[in-house]
Amino acid sequence: MSALAASPSKRILTKGNEAICLGAVAAGCRHYYGYPITPQNDIPEYMAAHLPALGGTFLQAESEVATINIILGTSASGKRVMTSSSGPGISLMQEGLSYMAGSELPAVIVNISRSGPGLGGIAPSQGDYFQAVKGGGHGGYRLIVLAPHSVQEMYTLTMLAFDLADKYRTPAMILGDAVVGQMKEPFVASPYDPASTVEKPWALTGCVGRERRNLKSLHLKDNAIEVHNWKLHEKYERIRKDETRAESYMLDGATIAIVAFGTAARVSKTAIQWARKEGIAAGMLRPITLFPFPEREVFELARTVDVLLVIEMNTGQMVEDVRQCTSLHDRIAFLGKPCVMPTPEEILERIRLLAGRKG
Amino acid sequence: MSAPGKVGFSKAVYTRPRSLVDVKSHFCPGCHHGTIHKIVAECIDRYDLREKTIGVACVGCSVFLYDYIDVDVVESPHGRAPAVATGVKRAQPDKFVFTYQGDGDLAAIGTSEVIHAANRGENLSVIFVNNTTYGMTGGQMAPTTMLGQKTSTTPYGRDFRSDGYPIRMAELLSGLEGTAYSARVAVSTPAQIRKAKESVRKAFEMQISGMGFSIVEFLSTCPTNWGMKPLDAQKRVLGEMSEYFPLGVFKERKQADVA
Repeated sequence: MSALAASPSKRILTKGNEAICLGAVAAGCRHYYGYPITPQNDIPEYMAAHLPALGGTFLQAESEVATINIILGTSASGKRVMTSSSGPGISLMQEGLSYMAGSELPAVIVNISRSGPGLGGIAPSQGDYFQAVKGGGHGGYRLIVLAPHSVQEMYTLTMLAFDLADKYRTPAMILGDAVVGQMKEPFVASPYDPASTVEKPWALTGCVGRERRNLKSLHLKDNAIEVHNWKLHEKYERIRKDETRAESYMLDGATIAIVAFGTAARVSKTAIQWARKEGIAAGMLRPITLFPFPEREVFELARTVDVLLVIEMNTGQMVEDVRQCTSLHDRIAFLGKPCVMPTPEEILERIRLLAGRKG
Repeated sequence: MSAPGKVGFSKAVYTRPRSLVDVKSHFCPGCHHGTIHKIVAECIDRYDLREKTIGVACVGCSVFLYDYIDVDVVESPHGRAPAVATGVKRAQPDKFVFTYQGDGDLAAIGTSEVIHAANRGENLSVIFVNNTTYGMTGGQMAPTTMLGQKTSTTPYGRDFRSDGYPIRMAELLSGLEGTAYSARVAVSTPAQIRKAKESVRKAFEMQISGMGFSIVEFLSTCPTNWGMKPLDAQKRVLGEMSEYFPLGVFKERKQADVA
């Protein structure tokens, strides 16, 4: 299909990975570099086919290590730039991501995650949560992490990721998985709002009529690195304050609240609808930003419901952040499905159990 | 000798290059970075590139490029400068892009990045400073360390049976189709400095005319970590280093490839 030719706001049937490309192109990204890895190859293939006609650049690098550094160079030039990969490749990018966070360089990094650790498998997984939200590289930093749960969000959150990355001069990550990447569903290609782009007076473009400029993460003089760390911290605090996003799904009067993101949240919606039909007041708080995490929302929700049921496609990562948000730990339950998608049936069964009902 | 101010000069025959920052050097006595910086700055000036140049600094003593060369500079992770430079050049093909890398950076941790940048024929220039050791970290073995050379991690001398052989990067890269220019130079005598400048000019011309990847390898000193006086360090470059790492031009493309 030639989705690029599609008129804005038209409904398009496509898969999640292509929706990411459409969102990136709509947001003005004309530079994509990557290295093959399953299950995200549709993204580089799409970009290789479409970017040249748009005057952009596609480059298949020799490794993910090279990829993220080519990204760094294009970002330093002030251009919007994106890469995509999956767990093992994202691990190789951590060095570059740390340098980019330190040098305050924006870019969009897509992780269509697979099972791990190690080579793991290509089944969908949410095992990269820690790596994504805790700053996977060295030195202490954060990425802005967005977790789409639909093809629509693969499109809109990609556009948002570019805006947030530029606004805060920091890399932003789309954390998806094989399910949201490969599934097809219709979405609306809403037009990108160019008002959300920002100037980049820091970009290296040659010192015409100005002093020379450096972009760097090395700070050796006096207490410069301490000052720099506090500056980054203050930025992450601003991001926490202003950029937290979460969806409240059927939480009115809920006694059982699921907390789940991405594919796990998508499946949970079906289970919640079924539970409601049975008269069980179930609902969900779905973090859309994993960093910043909806701490306030979880804190307040924990006080109003009987149970917070955390569901993840791993053995328990985000649940640690949920525990951080409340002291009411006896209200937190967990359903983990490492490297496999939970079914609505098993989620419903757990909801019934928590509601004191037999299935 | 009279004070400079009292002498009536009619013509300046030598000045600091415009692209060289007027600061005191922090490099060790006898180190060649200062001379190499000056050559780079002179060549930037020669083609009036200062306002369209983006330099890429690497990790090691070379990183301080941005304190001395008066152009925009982005800092790269260790060994990744050719990848970062690729990203800059792909985003801004009309700009002049060069990296400045040491031998630990380019010939050990960064071999993959430099080989593939060269093989893609990335239209950028690499200044490679080979002093046969890791200077900034205190003189450990580099891939270019000479056989028998004592370093802090080869306290009994480099032995090919356990550490392999010193790697000749200029020759290795000259074998790649994408490489337009590859040369090795030294700066231990005035004549060598003039020749070295000629090579950097050639390398820059390759980029200006869109010929592809160019690299100039400098044989350089590290008196501090070699445990030598500056003059003895010069002699080492002129002697055993030049014997193993021959000076010369290994590749010079005459015509750009066309698809």
